[in-house]
This record gives sequence, structure tokens and C-alpha cells, in this order.
Amino acid sequence: MTAPHRWSEETLARARDLIARYPERRSALMPLLYLAMAEEGHLTEAGMETVAELLGITPAQVLSVASFYTMYKREPVGRYLISCCTSISCHLLGSDELLAAIEDEAGVPAGETDPDRLITVESVECIGACGGAPAVQVNYETVEGVDPEAGRELVRWLRKARPEVIVADELQTLFGGRTGFDWAIPDDEGAVGPYPAFGPLGTAGRES
Amino acid sequence: MNETRLVTRRMADHPADSHTIERYEATGGYSQARRSLQMGRERLVELVKESGLLGRGGAAFPAGMKWSFLAPARPAYLVVNADESEPGTYKDRQLLERDPHQLVEGIIIAAVANEVHHAFVYVRGEYARPARRLQRAVEEAYGRGYLGKDIFGSDYDLEVVVHLGAGAYICGEETALLNSLEGHRGEPRLKPPYFPAATGLYGKPTIVNNVETISNLPHILELGADGFRKLGHPEDTGTFLFSVSGHVRKPGNYELPHGITWRELIFEVAGGLREGRTLKCWIPGGASAPWFVPADHLDLEITKDATGRAGSMLGSGAVVVMDDTTCVVRAAQRIVRFFAHESCGQCTPCREGTSWLEMILGRIEEGAGREVDVDVLLDVADNISVGLAWPPRMTTICPLGPSAVSPVSSITRYFKDEIMAHIHQAGCPLR
Ligand SMILES: Cc1cc2nc3c(=O)[nH]c(=O)nc-3n(C[C@H](O)[C@H](O)[C@H](O)COP(=O)(O)O)c2cc1C
Ligand code: SF4
Ligand code: FES
Repeated sequence: MTAPHRWSEETLARARDLIARYPERRSALMPLLYLAMAEEGHLTEAGMETVAELLGITPAQVLSVASFYTMYKREPVGRYLISCCTSISCHLLGSDELLAAIEDEAGVPAGETDPDRLITVESVECIGACGGAPAVQVNYETVEGVDPEAGRELVRWLRKARPEVIVADELQTLFGGRTGFDWAIPDDEGAVGPYPAFGPLGTAGRES
Repeated sequence: MNETRLVTRRMADHPADSHTIERYEATGGYSQARRSLQMGRERLVELVKESGLLGRGGAAFPAGMKWSFLAPARPAYLVVNADESEPGTYKDRQLLERDPHQLVEGIIIAAVANEVHHAFVYVRGEYARPARRLQRAVEEAYGRGYLGKDIFGSDYDLEVVVHLGAGAYICGEETALLNSLEGHRGEPRLKPPYFPAATGLYGKPTIVNNVETISNLPHILELGADGFRKLGHPEDTGTFLFSVSGHVRKPGNYELPHGITWRELIFEVAGGLREGRTLKCWIPGGASAPWFVPADHLDLEITKDATGRAGSMLGSGAVVVMDDTTCVVRAAQRIVRFFAHESCGQCTPCREGTSWLEMILGRIEEGAGREVDVDVLLDVADNISVGLAWPPRMTTICPLGPSAVSPVSSITRYFKDEIMAHIHQAGCPLR
């Protein structure tokens, strides 16, 4: 078994803080799995073992839970995870064409990662942006009203600019169209990896 | 037709800073939470009962009645359901991003009413930004002593934890959500017990309410039960957030009283259909709901009861509008695919049946359907949801399985000719 010291002191401190928030230790499992992803980019066996050790459960129990949820990526994914919604409202407004354009530009079919490990494309169910269909997320930051050409530009921009932080408002300005509601409040917080930017995870910009 | 704004009032009046604690307090915020501490459980439960508030998470269960079921054992917990994943639904996201303090104040009120000292908000994993906005609001509230120890200078303690999900629609079902929050797979629990109010998180009495339900609480305290009732329909009080999407000119979240008609919602509020298009059908309450068609349902009043009598539901408030360019076989397949993907796999009819429905619809859509396929579809559907009854007769642990049948029963009822045309022409007649 791998000892928890594989994680940085900072991450371990975050883990302890998370565990303390819950009446029962095991409830911290989901946030700890995100921490494990943030440490290594995806969820590795060693990461799951560390989580198991921190919570006092077995690695098999951790795997059983991790495998239930689609956002815990147990295979390496690219630095930028492009999730295209193809559920009903987006489907009605052209999500299939948008996905095809993004796949074509990225050079990989949905579910796969490009050879540079820069971009992973996936087709996902509703991401709660149906009024701004078709919608896409990059590292779980939303952009709404994306037409196929803008989808291509998004891929080209990620390749060229290689942004450190993915910020929803920037994506929306550059590639978005109609939104389902007035976003109104711009902010510069965003994601630094293919997992949701939610403190105490790797959130950049203004710490939340 | 104007909106009746309650939970979307502040964001409309103060778009730039409705999310800040400064704006929230400058517009009367947190005064009702203070009052709730003086009122105590009995008066609060009575008030919410009298207000007629129905849960906004889909099942439209009376909120005050749910609270009155809370078992006496302590500790008790409050869990706010912000898992919003029903295709077509995006209202809770707007409430989280644009007015998170309204939710925090509602949480304080609900906690006091249910003698809760530890509350959780379960936010779907894809809602990173909404979760950040909420987290910041929670921290601001801690900073001012509105959360934490001795809130508002009283001797009442309240901790609030924002918990992020990880991409599983089924975790919106309240018992699956509790399993997930306990660090287990998000599988729904066998019923009984029917209500987490008896046995919920860690086996303790637990109240689970939706974001919009909780966001209404400060307004109920402010307006009083009568004032809140007056805003809405006698059977369905207060306002309701409709998430309108699909082929309308003005998709959006609209806060309206119950009792308007579908015609008003689709053609006036949402601006009608795009140039030169006509209305083919719509989903009145999220992907789980059976569909409506103009010939039968356009002038129906939008209330829980009228929608139920017509064989569907208002559910999560998601209205998905489809115009005459829509292939209903593809649309139905897309929805069934969702349920097949999101089935947790515990019940055979749901796990197997949804995949079969998806496959058969797919083959019809691709032009490889056979004459008998409509009967096969209905037969499989009947195995998941006996007699295709509405509301469904439950053969599964949770309603997800029967929900997958809704689009199938809808298209076989209203669009049989279009299905047959796919089969006879070996492809989509609309292409
Ligand atoms: C499959 C399924 C998914 C659900 N998803 C959600 C959801 O995302 N959000 C929600 O508030 N309720 C959802 N519900 C309803 C919850 O089980 C529960 O009734 C609700 O959260 C209670 O809150 P309310 O009384 O305030 O409506 C879902 C139910 C089912 C069966
Ligand atoms: S009906 Fe489907 S989703 Fe619900 S418990 Fe059974 S298998 Fe799981
Ligand atoms: S259907 Fe695409 S965001 Fe909801």
C-alpha cells in the first residue's frame, strides 16, 4: 500500500480539512477523489489507495464508488476536457453537428484523447445550460450557444493559446452565443485541470 | 404576460451584484433568518404548511407536511438538492449563480424549523461555477456570524457544507443522494422507509428539499402565508420557475404563477416558434414527463392537477419545445438514451429495458426498423412500467425506469404514422 505521504503537505492539509467538515469520515470520499485527481491529473490506483487510507476503508470500496461516477476519470485525460452536451435540448439545436465539428478539429472521436494529451473530447448528457443550447464545457466551465465553426475555433484556440486557466466568461466571449439566462456577473475564476474548479481544489483566479 | 418575480426579483433589479452579501443585506436580506430564530419549529412548520408551498424538485410534495414528518430523534440533518440534472432543467443553476445568499438564508430558516445544526448542499459536479458562488456566499455568511457558532448572536449553531457530486443523474433521487453523501455509490434505497424524514443521512431524520423550494422560504416569511398564496393559483401557490428550451425564440427561465395556459407560456412568454415553423409537441416537465401536443393541450391550465389529469407532470419545470422540423423518433431515442445511461443498474426492468428501448428506437431511426418494432417497443415499455399507467405503477426501486417509458408512450400515441413512415421508407421521412 502507498502511504499518504505521496501527496504534498498542502493537499494532505486540504484532505484533513475536508474530512473534518463531515459528521462521518467516509462522507469526505467524493471530495477526496477530486483531490486525488488534482494531484495526478486523473484517478490512479495509488491515488485511490491514499484516499482509502485517509478514510480507513479499503481500496476496493473506494474503487466501487469511484467507478459509479463519470467525472472520476480513471484513465488519463487531456489537459483540456471538452464535454459536448448531446441531450435533448442541445440535440434539437444542432449539438450533433457541433460535436462532429469538434471531433473533426481535435482529430479524435468522442471518448478519446489526442496524441499530445492536450485535448479529450466527450459526449455528455445535459449540463444544465439547455436555454443556451447547444452548450459545451471545457474542464467543467460552461460556454453556451456554440455553433460548429465556433467549436472548431475553440479547439484551435486551446491548441494555440494553451491557457493556464479556463474561465467561463472568456470562453463565452470568444466562442459563445445566446445564453439561457443573463450571466450578468463576470468573474475570473476558472479551472486549472480536467476536474471541477471548486475550492479547496485547484481553483485559480480569485480563491473562492 | 409579465413575470411574477419572487426568487428572481433581486437578480432582475440588481444584475451586477445580486450575488454579494452587501446587496443582499441592502435589499432586506437575512432579516427573515433572524426572525425565524424567534419563531421556532412549530410556528415555522405551520407557516410553511399554510403557505401551500410545494416542493420544486419534481415531485411537488407539500414542503410543510414533509417537515412535520420529521422524526423526533436528533441530530437531524438538512440536505439541499442542487443536483439538477434532468435534461431541460437549468433553473437552480441560475438561483445558485445569481442569488446564492437567498439560498443560504432559506437554509437557515429550514434548519431552524427542523432543529438542524448541520446542513449540506449537494451540487452536481458539473456546476463548478455555481458551487463556487455558493461557497463564497457561505463563507461571507460565516464571516458575519450568520453561520457557524451562535448565529446572529443567538445560541443556535449551524454548519453548512457545500458538497460536489461527480456526474450521476440518479444522485438527484433523494435516497441515492444520501447514499452518495455518505460516501457510497449513488444507488437509490429500497422503500420503505418512504421518507428520509424518518431515516435519512446516517440513519438520522433528514429533510431533503430542492434549491428553489428553499429559496422561497425568506419570501414566505416576508409575505406571510396569505401573501404568498395570493401570488399563485389556489391549488399551486406562489410562483414557479419554468426552464424553457428547444425551438422557441426566447428560451429562458421564467418565474410565473401557475394557472396560465401552455399557449401563453410558449407563444407569449417564450416568444413563439422560430420564423415559419409550427409547433409539433412539447415536454411539459422534464425528460421524465409524457409529451403534450397542440391539438389536445395548448389551452390547458398549467397546474399540478390539470397536468396530471392530462397524463403528464410539471416535474422539474423544464419545458422542451419541438417544432415541425423535429424527428420525434430521434428525439425520443435521445431521451431514452439518457435514462439508459443514467440507470444505476439495481433493477432488471430498468437496466435491461432502457437499453432495449434505446436500441430499438435507434434502429427505427436509422431505417432498419421492422413492422413489429412498434409492438416490441410497447412490450418492452410495459415490462418496465406495467400497463403504461400514469402515474406509473412502480415495479422498480425508484421512478427512473418508468420515466424512460414516457417518450415511448408519447410517440406511439401521437406520432405512430411518423414511426411507421421511418419503417416503410427505411429512413427518416423528415430528412
Ligand atoms: C431519478 C430522479 C432524479 C431526481 N433529480 C432531482 C434533482 O436533480 N433535483 C431535485 O431537487 N430533485 C430531484 N428529484 C426529486 C428528489 O427525489 C426529491 O423529491 C426532491 O429533492 C425533494 O425536494 P422538494 O420536496 O423540495 O421538491 C429526483 C427524483 C428522481 C426519482
Ligand atoms: S429504477 Fe433504475 S435507476 Fe432506479 S433504482 Fe432501479 S435500476 Fe436504479
Ligand atoms: S440539454 Fe444540453 S445543456 Fe441541457
